[in-house]
Amino acid sequence: MAKRQVMFTFPPELVREPIIYNLSLQFKVVTNIRRADISEDKGWVVLELEGDEKDIERSIAWLTQKGIRVDPATGDVVEG
Amino acid sequence: MSFAQTLRCRKCGQEYPLQPMNVCDFCLSPLEVSYDYQAMAKAISRDKLSQGPRSMWRYRDLLPAEDEEVDIGTGFTPLVKANNLGRELGLEQLYIKNDCLNPTYSFKDRPVSVAASKAREFGFDTLACASTGNLAASVAAHAAKAKMKAYVFVPADVEPGKLVGAAIYNPVLITVNGSYDDVNRLCAKVTQKYKLGFININLRPYYAEGSKTLGYEVAEQLGWRAPDCVVAPAASGLLFTRIWKALDELAMLRLIEPANTHMFVSQAAGSSPIVNAFEAGSHHVNPVVPSTIVKSIAIGNPTDGYYALRVARQSGGGACAVTDDEAITGMKLLAQSEGIFTEAAGGVVVSALKKLAATGAIKHQELTVAFITGAGPRTQDILASTVQPVATEPNLESLEKVLSLPGQTDTKGYANKDRGD
Ligand SMILES: Cc1ncc(COP(=O)(O)O)c(C=O)c1O
Ligand SMILES: [Zn+2]
Repeated sequence: MAKRQVMFTFPPELVREPIIYNLSLQFKVVTNIRRADISEDKGWVVLELEGDEKDIERSIAWLTQKGIRVDPATGDVVEG
Repeated sequence: MSFAQTLRCRKCGQEYPLQPMNVCDFCLSPLEVSYDYQAMAKAISRDKLSQGPRSMWRYRDLLPAEDEEVDIGTGFTPLVKANNLGRELGLEQLYIKNDCLNPTYSFKDRPVSVAASKAREFGFDTLACASTGNLAASVAAHAAKAKMKAYVFVPADVEPGKLVGAAIYNPVLITVNGSYDDVNRLCAKVTQKYKLGFININLRPYYAEGSKTLGYEVAEQLGWRAPDCVVAPAASGLLFTRIWKALDELAMLRLIEPANTHMFVSQAAGSSPIVNAFEAGSHHVNPVVPSTIVKSIAIGNPTDGYYALRVARQSGGGACAVTDDEAITGMKLLAQSEGIFTEAAGGVVVSALKKLAATGAIKHQELTVAFITGAGPRTQDILASTVQPVATEPNLESLEKVLSLPGQTDTKGYANKDRGD
């Protein structure tokens, strides 16, 4: 089992979709939400994903392809 | 011995022992070193500090290092009164903190010196980082000095000059075939799996503390006072927040009067999530996909963006983004007015300063410090078009022709001039 701490950023058109629910239906990944802020026009969620490495990877690929930005929970790690 | 006590979550306040760890287990927010300020206050004074070594380590009592530091000679860089630039921008008391003059040519040596020291204390034998250049060079240099191994990760499309700047110290230099986002993802996984002292991941709380020395130095160099206004660049936003924290701590320790500094953050318009949030009046820093030549500060999802935003707002400061062209104009302006050759990030600061002065956000009599955080030669490729030498044959005739000088025959006149009358 692997754990991954991530932040999802939703574009306005996806704010109303039950994305996280769908994610756990489609992939064997447990979602554990720690912080979130969702409004009319934008939203972000900080959460921990738990599951097999390859399921986590597949779920992230699925999100990215839907137009959701996925970052490490601590923000970028690449620095000048 | 240091006065550092715990790591504390900036969001929920949860505390952890000092260890290699960067996010809170509960809320996944960044952790920060907390100190016993009462004991610290008893131990330090202006006198004692000013007798310390002429390096960032004169502020050792305000940093979290326990054992001997890994130091390559960082800090105590010049604070220059910038009269020429000040006159040009209409600022009477303008100072440049010239942090290009660190051993690896950027302020990164400050945070890395602290993080490398902690890495050694924690028993790591290898340092690592993900970087677009400056950080990689600094980490590789500190690893060399500490006789540690180094793995530095950079995106494959980084400029050749930046690769050389790191490679000379002989780290394992890894170019990642992908975008910044891909490097991020890879490094987050590497840290989970391998026991590495990852400077900007698991050692980040210590790394952060090193940047405070920029704020301490400026206050001491100004004769123990805080500036009225600060203009500094932001990538992850860490440096910006730490300059503020430094001034705040000095005031708390009564080494300076209560700091009332207006903090202005500057970014390149092609990567300005913090400035965008400031201007939108938002509390959330929305990530962006960077697109700018100012690569050293091109971070789309700034770790400390929220805190940088808060510092800019609460201090009565502001935020300013400038275009790539303006960044280059800023580099030239600083070089041609003060003789300081900065990289593009410094150009952003100078152009932002110019705008802030022009709009009256910074007033002409306010004591203002602009933080120039990296040296020019590393980003010289973007200046190629400014190199327009006048070519001449090795004789006077040719020189006078290409410079359109009137042919001079009166050698006596020259001789008189040479005597300086
Ligand atoms: C020259 C220069 N200035 C400023 C910064 C910004 O630092 P921070 O990530 O602390 O905001 C960086 C690095 O990212 C840099 O390389
Ligand atoms: Zn927390």
